[in-house]
Formats: sequence, C-alpha cells, structure tokens
Amino acid sequence: MTKTRFSIWRGDSHGGGRQDYETEVTEGMVVLDAVHQIQAESANDLAVRWNCKAGKCGSCSAEINGRSRLMCMTRLSDLPLEQGVTIDPMQTFPVLRDLVTDVKWNYATKQRIQKFTPRTPDAEDGTWRIATVDTERVQEFRKCIECYLCQDVCHVLREHHLHDEFIGPRFMVYAAALEMQPLDTGSRVKALKEDFGIGYCNITKCCTDVCPEGIKITDNAIIPLKERVADEYYDPIKRLWRKLTKT
Amino acid sequence: MADLETHDYDVLIVGAGGAGLSAAIKASGAGVRVGVICKSLLGKAHTVMAEGGVAAAMANVDERDSWKVHFADTMRGGQYLNHPRMAELHAKEAPDRVRELESWGALFDRTKDGKILQRNFGGHRYPRLAHVGDRTGLEMIRTLQDHGIHQGINFHMECTVFRLIKAGDRVAGAFCYEREKGRFKVFRAGAVVLATGGFGRAFKVTSNSWEYTGDGHTLAYDAGAELVDMEFIQFHPTGMVWPPSVRGILVTEGVRGEGGILKNSDGKRFMFDDIPENYRGQTADSENEGWRYTQGDRNARRPPELLTRDHVARCIMRQIKEGKGSPHGGVYLDIAWIKEHLPNAREHIKKKLPSMYHQFKELAGIDITVEPMEVGPTTHYAMGGIHVDGDTQMSNVPGLFAAGECAAGLHGANRLGGNSLSDLLVFGSRAGEYAAAFAREQSPAAIAQQELDRLAEEALAPLERFDSAPKDADGPYQIQYALQEKMQSHVGIVRLEHEMAEALETLEALKAKAAAVAAYGNREYNPGWHTALDLHNLLTVAEAATRAGIERKESRGAHFREDYPEKSEAFAKVNIVISKGADGAMNLRQVPVKPLTGEQQAIIKENA
Ligand SMILES: Cc1cc2nc3c(=O)[nH]c(=O)nc-3n(C[C@H](O)[C@H](O)[C@H](O)COP(=O)(O)OP(=O)(O)OC[C@H]3O[C@@H](n4cnc5c(N)ncnc54)[C@H](O)[C@@H]3O)c2cc1C
Ligand code: SF4
Ligand code: SF4
Ligand code: FES
Repeated sequence: MTKTRFSIWRGDSHGGGRQDYETEVTEGMVVLDAVHQIQAESANDLAVRWNCKAGKCGSCSAEINGRSRLMCMTRLSDLPLEQGVTIDPMQTFPVLRDLVTDVKWNYATKQRIQKFTPRTPDAEDGTWRIATVDTERVQEFRKCIECYLCQDVCHVLREHHLHDEFIGPRFMVYAAALEMQPLDTGSRVKALKEDFGIGYCNITKCCTDVCPEGIKITDNAIIPLKERVADEYYDPIKRLWRKLTKT
Repeated sequence: MADLETHDYDVLIVGAGGAGLSAAIKASGAGVRVGVICKSLLGKAHTVMAEGGVAAAMANVDERDSWKVHFADTMRGGQYLNHPRMAELHAKEAPDRVRELESWGALFDRTKDGKILQRNFGGHRYPRLAHVGDRTGLEMIRTLQDHGIHQGINFHMECTVFRLIKAGDRVAGAFCYEREKGRFKVFRAGAVVLATGGFGRAFKVTSNSWEYTGDGHTLAYDAGAELVDMEFIQFHPTGMVWPPSVRGILVTEGVRGEGGILKNSDGKRFMFDDIPENYRGQTADSENEGWRYTQGDRNARRPPELLTRDHVARCIMRQIKEGKGSPHGGVYLDIAWIKEHLPNAREHIKKKLPSMYHQFKELAGIDITVEPMEVGPTTHYAMGGIHVDGDTQMSNVPGLFAAGECAAGLHGANRLGGNSLSDLLVFGSRAGEYAAAFAREQSPAAIAQQELDRLAEEALAPLERFDSAPKDADGPYQIQYALQEKMQSHVGIVRLEHEMAEALETLEALKAKAAAVAAYGNREYNPGWHTALDLHNLLTVAEAATRAGIERKESRGAHFREDYPEKSEAFAKVNIVISKGADGAMNLRQVPVKPLTGEQQAIIKENA
C-alpha cells in the first residue's frame, strides 16, 4: 500500500492554486475515488460534481494531468503515480469552486437550437414506422452524456473564447442528431452558418479525441453539417435532393 | 434574515428525473406556472443511469401481450401488496406515454417492421421493454429535458429543498439552499410535487448516487404525510463486485434478457435448482428452452435467471454462503457463452449491451464477450415511499403530491425491472396534471418570517458549530459511513429481529451525533455541509425501513426474514403505514391492502 500525492486545484472565481494531498491508493481505484477519499479524510469542503460513478451522467469532468477526462472513468493504475496526479477544473468554463465550473452557458446555448419538430404520424395506428438503419446514425449522437469535455478542449472556446459566436462541438452533435432524426422536419442549417458559427470549426478533431462516448464528433456530425451548409448556400440542386430523400 | 430570494409558482416540482420532468411538462401544459428544483444539474438525475428499458404492453413483438397481462405480472411480482388501482392505470397508460416520448424525439430500437422493439425482462410474461441498447434512461431523460426546456418551465439547478413549508394543513412551499453560494431561497406554491427518487445511500453497497438520501420521503414525513411499504427494498441481483471501488455499480438485467446465465464456482448453472411454485408453469425446464426464449421463441418459457429480482438475489446469496462464490465474493454472469449459438456473438453483445461492455472494459479490465463477469446483489430501489392516492398521486397532506421512486403503491413487495421508468412517465404525468388542477384553486398562502428565520438558523447550525465542536467528534462523512455499514449488515437482504433491533439502537446513537454534527468551511459549494444536512433524511428513512422490517414478521418479496422464512396469511392482507406522531415519534400501523375489483380478480385468475 502506497500513498500517492494528488495536487488538486482549490479556489474560486477570485483565484486559487493547486494544493497537495496524500492518500492511499488501492486496487482498481479511479481518480474520483481518490478525490472522495481525500474529501472524507482531510478536505470535507472540497467541491466536486459526480452522480453515477460509471461514466453515464457526465458530471465529473476535469483535467487530469492536463488531459480532459471523466474522473470516474480514469483508473489510477493507468497513470504514472510516482510523479503524483494533478487535477484541475475544466478551463473553458468559469470556475465556481475547486473542481466545479459554471456550465450554465451550455444550457442557454442548447435552448437557442430549434427543437425537435416531427412530421405528422403516418402509420395506421397513429404513430410512425422507422427502419433500424435510420436510427443508427442518430443513436450514435444520442449517446452524448453532456460532459462538455469536447467543449473544454475546443480551441475556438478555450483559447479564443468565442462563446457568443460558436456553439461548440457538443451542440454540433446535438444539431446533427436533430437534423438526421428520421421524423424531424425542422431545419437548422441556416442557423448553423449564421448564428452557431459552424465556420469556426477547422476540423482539428480535438473534440473527438476526448469524447468518453467515442462519438466521432468531427467526422460524423460536424463534417456532414458543413456539407449541408455548403449545399444550402452554394448548391441548390443538392439541397433539393437532400430535402426529398432526407439524407 | 432579510431579503430571501423568493419565487412564486403554481406548481413546484422537486426533482428533475423522469417523474419530475413528466410532471413539469404536464403541469405546464395545463397552463399554470411551473418551477422545477433539482440537487444536480439538469439531465444528471438518477433516471439517466437506467439501462434495461421501459415496460409497456404495446404488443409490438408478441401480440398476445396486453395491459391485462402487464397488470397481472405486476401484481404477481409485488406479491399482491400493490395498490391495484395504480397497477391497472400503469399497465393501461404506459404504452401511450412511451409513444408520447417518441413524439418528443426519443429514438428507440426498432422491430423489423419499424415499430418500437421490446425485450424480455424478469417477471414480464412477454417481451415488453422498449429500449435503446442499454442506455434507455439516458434516452428518456434527454428527451424529457430537451422537450421540457421549450415548455416555459423554470429550472433551478443545484438547489436543494431543506424543508417543506405549510400553511395550516396544506403545503405552501419549500425552503431551499443553492449549492453555488450556499444562499437560501424560498419557493411559494399552490401545490408541490415530490419526485426525489429513492434512498439507496442508506446502504454501503448500492447502485445509487449521492443524491439518494431519501429527501422526499423525509420532507413528506416531516410535513405529516404517511409512508408505506418501507420494509421493501430491492436488492438487485447483479451489481459489480470487483474492483472494490466499483462494488455495487449495476449490471443490467438486460444481460440476462439477452441470454446471460448465472454460474457458481463449480461452473454449475444453479438457478434451475430453485424455482418457486407460483412461477413453475412459466419457467423453462431445460437450458435449451431458456435460450430459445431469450431469442424470441414464442413457445419457449423464460429461463430461471429471469425470475423476479428478490428470488434471484437470494439464490446468489445462498451460493456465496455455501462457499460456491467467485474469488471476490460474487457469482459468475456469463454472456460470452452465447457464441455457442451465435456465430457473430461478439458483435451482437457489443450492439445489444454497449455500455456494459464499456463499463467492464474500463473499470474492471474485463472483456465480457470473452470472459464471465463477477456479480453480486446491490441495493437498488425503494419500493416503499410516500403513500398517495392512486389516481391523483396526492398524499394525505393537501397539495402535496409524489411520483416516481419516492412514491409507493405500484410495486408492492417487489418491483419488476422496467416498471420504474414506466411508473415515472405514467404517474409523473398524472401528478403534474392533478397538481395543476389543485393549484389553480388555491390562493397564495402567507409564510411567517419567523418560520423562515428558524429554518435558516437550523440549516446553518453545522457550520456555526464548527469552532466550538470537540475536535474528535465524528464528522458528517463518518456518521454517514457508520449508518451505511449498519444498515448493510443488519437490515440487508437477510433479516433477523434482534439484528434489526440492534440497528435501531445504532440509529438512535447516530441521531444524537447528527444533531451535534459540525461542518468545516464556508457556505459556497460545500459538500461537507450538505452531507451534514442530508443526515437527518438518511436517518429518518433508515429508521422507517428498520421499524417496518421488524413489524412484518414474514418473508415476502424483497423482505426476507430468516426468523420467519415463510409467507404469513395475516401479513398478506396488510400494508405497513408509517407516520410521525404529535410527540415526534415514529408510528406504525397495519392497514388492510386495497381490495381488488371483480374485474381485476378475474384478470389475475385468467393470467395465473
Ligand atoms: C443503475 C440503475 C439502472 C436502472 N435501470 C432501470 C431500468 O432499466 N428500468 C427501470 O424501469 N428502472 C431502472 N432503474 C430505476 C429507475 O432508474 C429509477 O427508479 C428512476 O429513474 C427514478 O426516477 P425518479 O424520477 O423517481 O427520480 P430521479 O431520476 O432519481 O430524480 C430525482 C431528482 O430529485 C432531485 N432531488 C432529490 N432530493 C432533492 C432535494 N432535497 N431537493 C431538490 N431536488 C432533489 C434530484 O436532484 C433529481 O433531480 C435503474 C436504477 C439504477 C440506479
Ligand atoms: S474539430 Fe472543430 S469543434 Fe472539434 S475541437 Fe476542433 S475546432 Fe473544435
Ligand atoms: S459529445 Fe462526447 S465529449 Fe461532447 S459532451 Fe457529449 S459525450 Fe461529452
Ligand atoms: S460520475 Fe457520472 S460520469 Fe462520472
């Protein structure tokens, strides 16, 4: 049994810094376990978000040794413990306290996107028929647990702070899920170009690299949306074709 | 205490899981002002973790299914202690609620002809669970959330209700603290809907999160509402057992629904050895028949792994006790074996159970398409809760409604898998609708300033106490751990009178400690302080569960008494109802179960 050093950022909107804690690491522990142990042993007021402890709720996002990850899905045995472990809050959002950041901007941003608007039910029983192939694409996007790790690493938000102009990869995924929903009749293409800043994305794929759900954000969501924008604005025939076939 | 931030709503909803969001959408659809409060961020409530599916007799996969069969299955699973009216409404209305979700954007897995696909689950006669792989809860909460944010509902996230406020007999609002700054807020409302979920945090090994401290149960109880069926706590048969830090995390029943089997350390499939009499006719008598059932053969009967949860959990415990467990104190759950039947088993498992695959791979380093999992029982669900009217979901306190896991009645002595998500939709919607109607009739109630001052003082006490508290006194986490240890060992799957009595003594001692507990730090996002405030709730529900457990001197459903291992005819006829006496003591009463109507009796007989 060895003690490991954890340097955890403590502070609030006025500032702060890393503070060192030592705690025992046992078999199978994840970073969140260590944080909880420290909280119970020596820092009762250490602020941290979590709910499921199983990578399902997207609450426990943080930067571990400088990488954006879920604390509950990062096993300590996968980290070089001799050097100690650093844990910082996500940098793209204002810090509230310790590891907790203010992510309200994400909620406000989602609200701006046109909601699901289904076509009139057309099956005899007053519902719809949907083929499995048409669900698969969208189901990939619907796996999103809203951890906002992709938002955290996207340079448009993180370095350029274009929160007013660009909705970020999470909401590109959300918009793609709506656009490709087989029942949806809405269109978010104009807004993607004019209000949601899809042009700012230069396909660095940093978002895809950190997504804990393995969603191919750039390839499967953003690039197809960019194509739709291009069609809508520069290729009217293709646009019509897409409208008719809903692809 | 001057200047408390105050909000006025017609309907105030406490909780943003499936039940709270359903209630909010329906109440706001009725044209009243609706506010929702939740402890975490929106979209993070427990509902997000549900895996297997939502039960609704849509008969998309097997046309023999109907609300009547669903009703009969639910009653049998609950050992006839259920509220029959609720079981009937639930079975009748669940299909419409599921279709409504689809119209709000949920995208369920499909049948070949493009309908919503349904899967098998324990205790359900026909394939009945609409699902999305094994992340059905995520699909459900996201759909409700994304629909709800466009319905003119106000959300107050990371805000916790500390106490309900009454005006005379009726409920008039809630006193809360928000996490961010630790400020207090007052919500005034014509009706309050509690949708706060369960109390698995009263146990050490649990699939539940920090939120599940029995807040709604306790808020209601303190406000004069009755609790019922508190002795019935579901221990899910399959939680992870290793590594230690993930002990308790759920392994969905969907694994068994897809053909997974349970084996002991001798490699024996032990579930065939113990099939209860009342399920014998519905259970496969060969391994082959069981397999065919999971693959949709309509003439096959279900494998014994899909018997009700209480039974499977006890069979697993017995294997472990007899020394036939796995190395880390569980048994084996094997889905990899289906490669004997399916050529593309590996891909099939990954498609059907993606998050289980992920969970074991990431947290235990195990590939479930190759190796068996180690599993054991984990505290999962509270059947007991706030005693409500079957139609309206109102408690005995006027204006106080409850829905979802914190309410009781539908599940009786044991809940069937998948019946919770449907419960949330059906009774969440009903609670929202009736709360809106109730609120419309009310005029705003005056709330006394003194009362608010007193509540603020009470909430701040743990912080104020810190400087003067003895340095060696137990902190909030230590008290919580002690409670969890005791409940786990003394009021767990197998119960005994003297052990439960001993647990009560421990709870009394912990109550005294909690009354003097001190928390370190300031008011901003301080989990130590919040944990201190939650202790009262945990202690209340733990005491209720223990007292009810002592009162019910028989074994039924999830409640197993080693000293009374059989069912008793006398206890078959009663529910145990708990209320707070004028002196503050916990009172228990045995109340006759709600009688079945003639039609309900006939349905049960037909589907025996
Ligand atoms: C891992 C897991 C898997 C499951 N799988 C299934 C399944 O496949 N099928 C099925 O039918 N059921 C399943 N269940 C059960 C089901 O998910 C839950 O019973 C159900 O989601 C509870 O929903 P709810 O709306 O009642 O409460 P929750 O979704 O738990 O929501 C409770 C809400 O109340 C809020 N709250 C609590 N206390 C307070 C307070 N004091 N102040 C303010 N807000 C408060 C919380 O913040 C939260 O928003 C599963 C449960 C778990 C844990
Ligand atoms: S690919 Fe686009 S959205 Fe993703 S991180 Fe790079 S710039 Fe941001
Ligand atoms: S897309 Fe992936 S990284 Fe982004 S919020 Fe969703 S789950 Fe997280
Ligand atoms: S706690 Fe839910 S994702 Fe980590």
